[in-house]
Amino acid sequence: MKKLQGIAASNGIAIAKAYRLEHPDLTVEKQTIENPAEQVSRFQQALAKAKEELKAIQAHALKELGEDKAAIFSAHLLVLSDPELVQAVEQKIEQERVNAEFALHDVASMFIAMFEAMDNEYMKERAADIRDVTKRVLAHLLGVTISNPSMVTEEVVVIAEDLTPSDTAQLNRKYVKGFTTDIGGRTSHSAIMARSMEIPAVVGTKEATATIQNGDIVIIDGLDGEVIVNPTEEIIAQYEQKRAAFAAQKAEWAKLVHEQTTTKDGHHVELAANIGTPNDVEGVLANGAEGIGLYRTEFLYMGRNELPTEEEQFEAYKTVLEKMEGKPVVVRTLDIGGDKELPYLDLPKEMNPFLGFRAIRLCLDMQQMFRTQLRALLRASVYGNLKVMFPMIATLDEFRQAKAILLEEKEKLVAEGVPVSDEIEVGMMVEIPAAAVLADQFAKEVDFFSIGTNDLIQYTMASDRMNERVSYLYQPYNPAILRLIYNVIEAAHKEGKWVGMCGEMAGEQLAVPILLAFGLDEFSMSATSILRVRSQLKKLSKQEAEQVKNHILSLATADEVVRFVKETFNV
Amino acid sequence: MQKTFQVTAESGIHARPATMLVQTASKFDSDIQLEYNGKKVNLKSIMGVMSLGIPQGAQITISAEGSDAAEAINALTETLAKEGLAQ
Repeated sequence: MKKLQGIAASNGIAIAKAYRLEHPDLTVEKQTIENPAEQVSRFQQALAKAKEELKAIQAHALKELGEDKAAIFSAHLLVLSDPELVQAVEQKIEQERVNAEFALHDVASMFIAMFEAMDNEYMKERAADIRDVTKRVLAHLLGVTISNPSMVTEEVVVIAEDLTPSDTAQLNRKYVKGFTTDIGGRTSHSAIMARSMEIPAVVGTKEATATIQNGDIVIIDGLDGEVIVNPTEEIIAQYEQKRAAFAAQKAEWAKLVHEQTTTKDGHHVELAANIGTPNDVEGVLANGAEGIGLYRTEFLYMGRNELPTEEEQFEAYKTVLEKMEGKPVVVRTLDIGGDKELPYLDLPKEMNPFLGFRAIRLCLDMQQMFRTQLRALLRASVYGNLKVMFPMIATLDEFRQAKAILLEEKEKLVAEGVPVSDEIEVGMMVEIPAAAVLADQFAKEVDFFSIGTNDLIQYTMASDRMNERVSYLYQPYNPAILRLIYNVIEAAHKEGKWVGMCGEMAGEQLAVPILLAFGLDEFSMSATSILRVRSQLKKLSKQEAEQVKNHILSLATADEVVRFVKETFNV
Repeated sequence: MQKTFQVTAESGIHARPATMLVQTASKFDSDIQLEYNGKKVNLKSIMGVMSLGIPQGAQITISAEGSDAAEAINALTETLAKEGLAQ
């Protein structure tokens, strides 16, 4: 038995067999061979097996993930049938008398180099496709297995160095009970994904892949951030109890689904959910959210080869608005750049992507793309309670420009006779310190603010949240952050505007009493956190919280804040 | 036999359009070539087609040679039109 400590990324406890998601060694050696016909036939057999595998994955992806995500596998299959590739490999085997592995590797490398040399980000991505499918054929030639997580057919917990979006897209929710990774933090892609899939996850264990073998029994404790490898019967029993206790608590919370979020002294706050796709709305409603506080529209643009059309976007926004039946839906316009890239936009690499050409900066420059999204949103507005917010606003001028474009598109639609709601609120994310400091000026022109704490913290502390060596600076409770948040809320309330928070912080047990004391109006979080926070808020009193507000704001360090809040509010 | 087209698709011919053209071409026995900007590739080769990087407004020529050449050209013309790629 061995215990690993990591970061609790998603609640719950999973106990299952380990499934290593890995990328095996596919090094090939050049060999001179006697019998080319034999090598050609080996190559053809490996090719056939790889095609069969891809067809199975494609069929599976089509069923579980939809046509869009399955399309990539059609392209992969075509590469394997490409006469230029197949004939070149066979010729090389026959003429140079080399082994199939070497011939394939050599020919594929040539194609990969050709695509990589192209002056276009999209074409460079195609090199990755060729690399992907070549690996699959090579694995068959070398007799090693590559992981096909989409094809798992028993309950497992996934063990990986890290999970990329394409890895997680392949995971089958039915069988994957939890996962653990070597790297990552609470806000890394894999962690956010786990929470939306509602499966327990522990990230950043550093040595999960070095310690855990396929088939080991593994406990993932997403409550305390622990991973236990090959536990004794006794320990398993203990964790089964813990799992049952957690399930019981969840059942207790579940009773609050249809209740209002009201504090002990009768103050109402709105609990909303963050979503990425229309599919997430189901979980939002099941967890009793009072609205959607952040709809991340960039997922519409990711994992595909071209921009989504106005029609596609309209359908997605309309679906969400209709399903929410008049409850508020805050849609964030495209927030791309930083760690989220769109290969088909062919943007140059940047030294500091988080400080670079991203989000509203990019949208104000690539106006055609921006206007398409705004038109889709405006057209959808009549199907529910739409609020639009712009990400990464640093200056008033940016907000004014973005809003002006929105109004221009609205006028055009109205002139075309298309119905558009007149009740759309227009707000902005507060995630750049400059906007937080100048909130009083912004508050005069916006309808609402939503504080994005993940970025606000990283920009204020000048600490890259992806960099583990400076992750100690990711301090939500640093008084500098708290004062900024308080400043934003105060400034908005003076102008009669409301303030939400859509960063991870809004759902943190420690943050809830502080934010209540500060007067936050809307808390937006992972849907799975809502009932826990509702239960917590019902036990708190707004008046009592307000009494310690000034004291919290007068503290000097994050540690002091954490200690004080723990003592005062019993969390 | 051969036929010339003007590419009308906004993003030119890559990704999905290329996939469809190659899938269509692969159904026929004839040798089918795609020519753009003085470069000729096998239209049954996805990597060949994509390597041309055909943009909007490009002039492309499809030529076919073999027993079902006419049918192949017709089918490809139909695919180009149906997907709004070229005319």
